[in-house]
Amino acid sequence: MLDFNQNHFELFGLAPAFSIDLTQLEQSYRDIQAQVHPDKHAHLGDVERRLAMQWATHTNEAYQTLRQPLSRARYLLQSNGVDSGEETNTAMSPAFLMEQMEWREAIGEAKAAEAVEDLERLAARLRQEMQQRHEGLRVSLDEKRDFGRAAEQVRELKFMEKLREEILHALEALED
Amino acid sequence: MALLQIAEPGLSAAPHQHRLAVGIDLGTTNSLVATVRSGISVVLNDEEGRPLLPSVVRYLSDGNIEVGYAAQAMQSADPHNTVVSAKRFMGRGVRDIANITNLPYQFLDAPGMVQLKTAAGVKSPVEVSAEILKTLRARAEKSLGGDLVGAVITVPAYFDDAQRQATKDAARLAGLNVLRLLNEPTAAAVAYGLDNAAEGVYVVYDLGGGTFDVSILRLSRGVFEVMATNGDSALGGDDFDHRIYCWVLEQTGLFAPNAQDTRLLLTRAREAKEELTYHPETQITAVLSSGQTIDVCLTGKIFTEITQSLVNKTLAPTKKALRDAGLGVEEVNGVVMVGGSTRMPQIQRAIGEYFGREPLNNLDPDKVVALGAAIQANVLAGNRSGDDWLLLDVIPLSLGLETMGGLTEKVIPRNSTIPVARAQEFTTYKDGQTAMSIHVVQGERELVSDCRSLAKFELRGIPPMAAGAARVRVTFQVDADGLLSVAAREKNSGVEASVVVKPSYGLSDGEIADMLKSSQQHAREDMDARNLREQQVEAGRILDAVAAALEQDGALIDAKERATIEKNMMVLRGKLEGSDPNAIKFAVEALNRATENFAGQRMNASVQKALAGHKLEELEG
Repeated sequence: MLDFNQNHFELFGLAPAFSIDLTQLEQSYRDIQAQVHPDKHAHLGDVERRLAMQWATHTNEAYQTLRQPLSRARYLLQSNGVDSGEETNTAMSPAFLMEQMEWREAIGEAKAAEAVEDLERLAARLRQEMQQRHEGLRVSLDEKRDFGRAAEQVRELKFMEKLREEILHALEALED
Repeated sequence: MALLQIAEPGLSAAPHQHRLAVGIDLGTTNSLVATVRSGISVVLNDEEGRPLLPSVVRYLSDGNIEVGYAAQAMQSADPHNTVVSAKRFMGRGVRDIANITNLPYQFLDAPGMVQLKTAAGVKSPVEVSAEILKTLRARAEKSLGGDLVGAVITVPAYFDDAQRQATKDAARLAGLNVLRLLNEPTAAAVAYGLDNAAEGVYVVYDLGGGTFDVSILRLSRGVFEVMATNGDSALGGDDFDHRIYCWVLEQTGLFAPNAQDTRLLLTRAREAKEELTYHPETQITAVLSSGQTIDVCLTGKIFTEITQSLVNKTLAPTKKALRDAGLGVEEVNGVVMVGGSTRMPQIQRAIGEYFGREPLNNLDPDKVVALGAAIQANVLAGNRSGDDWLLLDVIPLSLGLETMGGLTEKVIPRNSTIPVARAQEFTTYKDGQTAMSIHVVQGERELVSDCRSLAKFELRGIPPMAAGAARVRVTFQVDADGLLSVAAREKNSGVEASVVVKPSYGLSDGEIADMLKSSQQHAREDMDARNLREQQVEAGRILDAVAAALEQDGALIDAKERATIEKNMMVLRGKLEGSDPNAIKFAVEALNRATENFAGQRMNASVQKALAGHKLEELEG
């Protein structure tokens, strides 16, 4: 039977690690969906159709979790019994908080000036910084297995993810 | 493409019988029905050889109903009772409808959805759409010579839950078994992609009579993956007609013409728009009910100017979709044009300029959606298709809940691949609070009042606890039709509540059954006969499927389980000899229960096999 406790990595035939082969993830995802998707079972009975929906839903969920670096890191921590503490732990290093304030100011200014190009530049810079942090996560999770540090990095990335969303919203609002 | 199947000599043809299924494009202006015949998707014409059915329904005072060309011919003479573009009213209240004062109908603001007062009584847009679907169903059954197993009905990708539910209700009211609601641009992509063996990133730009969609798809080795979709479910060719209409009023100094003249001028406006696709200018002439003659010349240049803002309104969603997909215009391999309105030269130019490439127009923009829907219907009905392909579609708008202060908490973000489920935990905010009201909304805005309200329901009977102690888990599930159901459960006490989200006009199954009966189209006996036939078809389908499954994967279960399944199959076959639809239904349900474990085992095995094959490829590679 469908075991929702099965590890997402196992589902796609991957070793549990932050660094994964995204091409293989995608290929496995498509191979599984090709079997379980509701379209493949639409002509069958209620039981098959219900199972297909559950399986396809679960496969989508697992795929999305592993595809994004932030959710993949969070998931790895969880499977190792570590809570990333994004809701509860708000203690951040002063240097990081200072950086955050600078980002917010820059975004706020670009928003007020309705400067699309500035916003796009900020988005590009943010993307770069996030990528560097992904490398940091790889080191903490895969090499040093320092989950405490990784949890901290996840919390920081969550902040940056929020910045990214803010920039996207601002860009969208300017297009309307 | 699907191949025609021929039964082996000596064997009963039944298990291999081609199941009749159709794809229906229920359009704002025109509707079509298509099917896969001998492996090729074809549009089914009416008796006079016409492929399109104008989406026009006229209600007469004697209770008769005209649909299509006959109704269209009367739209100026009888504007109040002749409903055009009903799709724009599906799942919509009076507040939602643009230019409502220019429309020649007597609207009633019913909860959830407008209704129209006609000579034959009050009609909802769902009933109007059902008349169109009934006409297409009759056309298909006559043309194919049998009952339909089901239909794939297309909807604009940007339709929200209320509009999708309304469409599904209309289909059920028309007596159609809905195999799937399929997004129009996705249907077009299937027809285009399979026809051209396309690979890469494609944009489908779909401007219909009343709706606009843009979808970004990645086509790769038989997988059609929608990466992002956006649009405007109240923007289409009708709006271009309306701009011309306003321009004519301005030019001639006409003010607030009556319903007949309005309809006449809107028709002339549509004709002028179509003329301008092939000619640099066109003459608009009409004799109004007062005897006044209208005669003005509209040039393509003026038409482009007065519709510039409408064209721009399609570019903003296009940009958003690209951003959501994380792509730039240079990464797009092709732009497929869909919908009759993309024939307008200013649209072709604007899209060509924006993407820096010629748009693809090699499929008939009026037919491509229906053709794609038919291909999907053929597969869903269980007619094996030659090559295997898979559709991965998304929801167009975020789904969320109202939280304190009238704010929206997003639970499932837009462009999530369906089917999808997501749960979120909430808690009580007052001591001893025993009920929680759950308000489900759809949209991107932060304030609940700016989003569409989908449903409200209450979770009652929470044991009194301190504020913040209750743990209410709200689960959203969106199925492959893009339809939402929501369940809420308090974790400590196990109290539960759930709704299949239905717009508040909420036609229940019982009401639809009543409407079907009261339509008096079938005598009572016909209804019974139809019910029996449907149960027989369903039972036959299940028996075939289980037999095939046992043959293929019988090794997955032990002899005892197999014996139970076979016994249930025998019981069902026995009931099929008789003519009691309920007995057949119960036997089907019993067989379903008996095969539950087997079905689960098969699904697991198929996943294992998919992955094993993959690993093998890697070793070989």
